[in-house]
Amino acid sequence: MNAHPSSPSPKVLTLVFAALLGLLALSAASSRVITGPWGSALGLFLAVVKTTLIFVFFMRLRYQTGLVRLFAVAGFFWLSLIGLLTFADYLTRG
Amino acid sequence: MKIDAFSSRDVSADTPVNYFTRDYSLRSWLFTRDHKRIGLLYLISITFFFSIAAIAAALMRWELLTPQGDLVVSDIYNRLFTLHGVLMVWFFLIPSIPAVLGNFILPLMIGARDVAFPRLNLASWYLFMTGGLLVLYAILIGGVDTGWTFYTPYSSVYSNGHVMLMASGVFIAGFSSIATGLNFIVTLHKLRAPGLTWFRLPLFAWSIYATSLILVLATPVLAITLLLIMLERFLGVGVFDPKLGGDPLLFQHLFWFYSHPAVYIMILPGMGVVSEIIACFSRKRIFGYRIAAIAILAIAALGFLVWGHHMFVSSQSVYAGVVFSLLSFLVSVPSAIKVFNWVATLHRASIRFDTPFLYALGFLALFTVGGLTGLFLATLAVDVHLHDTYFVIAHFHYIMVGGMVMAYMGGIHYWWPKISGRLYHEWLARISAVTIFIGFNLTFFPQFILGYLGMPRRFHIYPPEFQTLNIVSTSGAVVLAIGYTLPLFYLGWSLFFGPRAGSNPWDATGLEWTTPSPPAEHNFERTPVVTQEAYDYPDLSL
Amino acid sequence: MKPPSSIDASPYTDATQRSVAQHLGMWTFLATEILFFGGLFACYAIYRHTYPEAFAAGSARMDFWIGTLNTGVLLTSSLFMAFADHAVKLGRRETLRRCLAAVWLLGVIFLGLKFYEYHQKFVEHLVPGAGFHPDGGAAPPEQLFFVLYFAMTGLHALHMMIGLGVITWLFVRASRGTLTADRPAPVEMTGLYWHFVDCVWVFLYPLLYLVR
Repeated sequence: MNAHPSSPSPKVLTLVFAALLGLLALSAASSRVITGPWGSALGLFLAVVKTTLIFVFFMRLRYQTGLVRLFAVAGFFWLSLIGLLTFADYLTRG
Repeated sequence: MKIDAFSSRDVSADTPVNYFTRDYSLRSWLFTRDHKRIGLLYLISITFFFSIAAIAAALMRWELLTPQGDLVVSDIYNRLFTLHGVLMVWFFLIPSIPAVLGNFILPLMIGARDVAFPRLNLASWYLFMTGGLLVLYAILIGGVDTGWTFYTPYSSVYSNGHVMLMASGVFIAGFSSIATGLNFIVTLHKLRAPGLTWFRLPLFAWSIYATSLILVLATPVLAITLLLIMLERFLGVGVFDPKLGGDPLLFQHLFWFYSHPAVYIMILPGMGVVSEIIACFSRKRIFGYRIAAIAILAIAALGFLVWGHHMFVSSQSVYAGVVFSLLSFLVSVPSAIKVFNWVATLHRASIRFDTPFLYALGFLALFTVGGLTGLFLATLAVDVHLHDTYFVIAHFHYIMVGGMVMAYMGGIHYWWPKISGRLYHEWLARISAVTIFIGFNLTFFPQFILGYLGMPRRFHIYPPEFQTLNIVSTSGAVVLAIGYTLPLFYLGWSLFFGPRAGSNPWDATGLEWTTPSPPAEHNFERTPVVTQEAYDYPDLSL
Repeated sequence: MKPPSSIDASPYTDATQRSVAQHLGMWTFLATEILFFGGLFACYAIYRHTYPEAFAAGSARMDFWIGTLNTGVLLTSSLFMAFADHAVKLGRRETLRRCLAAVWLLGVIFLGLKFYEYHQKFVEHLVPGAGFHPDGGAAPPEQLFFVLYFAMTGLHALHMMIGLGVITWLFVRASRGTLTADRPAPVEMTGLYWHFVDCVWVFLYPLLYLVR
């Protein structure tokens, strides 16, 4: 028996892992080619994709209740508050 | 799971085994997982830290009797107000209601046997004590002179005080806060008794929930900020260092991102206690219960968006200042809504002026004054003149001492029979409450005037024309001290000689009042099932 | 006769309730970690916005291959941690042991490479402070990059070491057979922590190694 109600099967985990390695290779290679602000944006975007895969499959958010998922993303939302409002200061200084 | 709280134990018939008498050994206290005992451990600890911080305040007020710096030199004065701020904020106010009353009462109030993670709860107390002892040690070997706000570059580069030690102590205590908040959040989500839906919870539970959200989301930012100061002192260079292109103001952003929500950590539990007391002693459901609950959450959420109002004159962008000013006005709205709700509850109510209610009334008056003066400070143009004056000091003492500490005292008196199983001397307690109210206003109202007239904070040498008001303030502090000392005596006396309290001496609603006083170790013999709304007092108009 | 002690008094009524509570508790803790590291990320974001060239110059001095390899090492360790979580739930004790050992080994490899990097930075005079003088000189904000590099990766490494300690303890318990399918929480919660620390690195990698 390979299935468990709250844990992905080793096959799914391996596929996700392969995807993660692929994204890593993409991040590494693209950083040589795409530079500047677009390069940074791409690097961050790929990091978000990897993190989402890890959260959903490795950290099993796929099998958790809505409340647990809310807790999982709440930290990022709150972090964005300090980011946004602090940047509001730095971007608008005379 | 069987609960056997009333087993045949060799005690007299009128004292059944309860959480306190179950085991008197030191080991059973230091290794306890009982939320009630942990609440008492915190009670003793924070009273201890409060006393030290109060002595520092007494020395400061004594110094301020005269315009010259004659009691202490400036360096010592700086270390005194730093000590006072650090101990009062992190080792008294922030833990007070959550760690003492929240720990003791919350599980009882929701029909649970304990909090979600009892061992983590005990760990939080040990972390708290470790942090506190580190801070005390830092004070004993010379202290810190930066103020509790640790502004850079003074704290990270130039100060010759024991910044690393004190910052480490606060850092460790921060983990205690986070553990407590985490525990309460999970407890409220998962351990409510059957039938106890969110909107049937007493407002104290709502306020503890909102406070816990702030505790877990804000404290980590303080932690990293303190680490960065320590890093800069250790390496000699750091992220706030202008020589590298760093910005000292970045420290202030990070620091106040925590420290502003921190003041809501301090006041929200007080608001919760006041709701409980007002409902009980006016025999009435809190007016606008749902709005009150949502307002609690709104205060917590909006409180994260206003920190820049501490930085209006810091060289922060003026546009950011305008945004922070507007948001600060906005956060006053839910607080005002709550005040209206409390007052509306009192309207045409059947009021009993017992001690807890006196404290709640005091809270209403003093919190309102404190809150209104916050609006002055939130106004950019006015704050330019009031920043770093005694007006600010009066404002936050009105809220913290006039509001929060009065709520804390009210809560202690309200739940004392539950915690100790005894009743205290009512008239002595009422006299204390009134003494505190009078002493408080004498101490801090003159400070509004002093601030308006321009007396700066954190200075012990001032122009002679301010002396009269300073003398009034110090006299008030003496009265206040008497008011705070009296409860130590009559509450202590009640433990040994006070009449025994029944389960519900106030005839209040709420699950905690269905247990014996003091409660048994596991709280409830059978998990209660809740079918009524909160504050289900009989409608007296019928 | 002593009354029952509080050891018997679990506040939970059933295993599902306890499991959800444990997950909520752990995710709350991870939220605090997001804000803890997040403070550093906020500092990074502000200074990178202000000094883009200095940050690119600093990043160019990083060892791209070690950074990329280390990211792969951590991702692999996460895979084995996920395998371990699966194994404990199916009661496969030997698989669990081996997966935990693999996680541990990969974690040690990561730290080994990290400390080698730190050593290289020391040799190249890139440690912030009095000894900071990089080859070819550097604008002062480049030192800010390195302060953040050491602070962020150092804090991450500290979390890794704590994680390795916990994994060691889990390995011992797995060997003794005390990690059972009906109480998977120790492995589950450790897994959540380990994956999270991996995610922090997943963000650190582009921010420190890939700035051009």
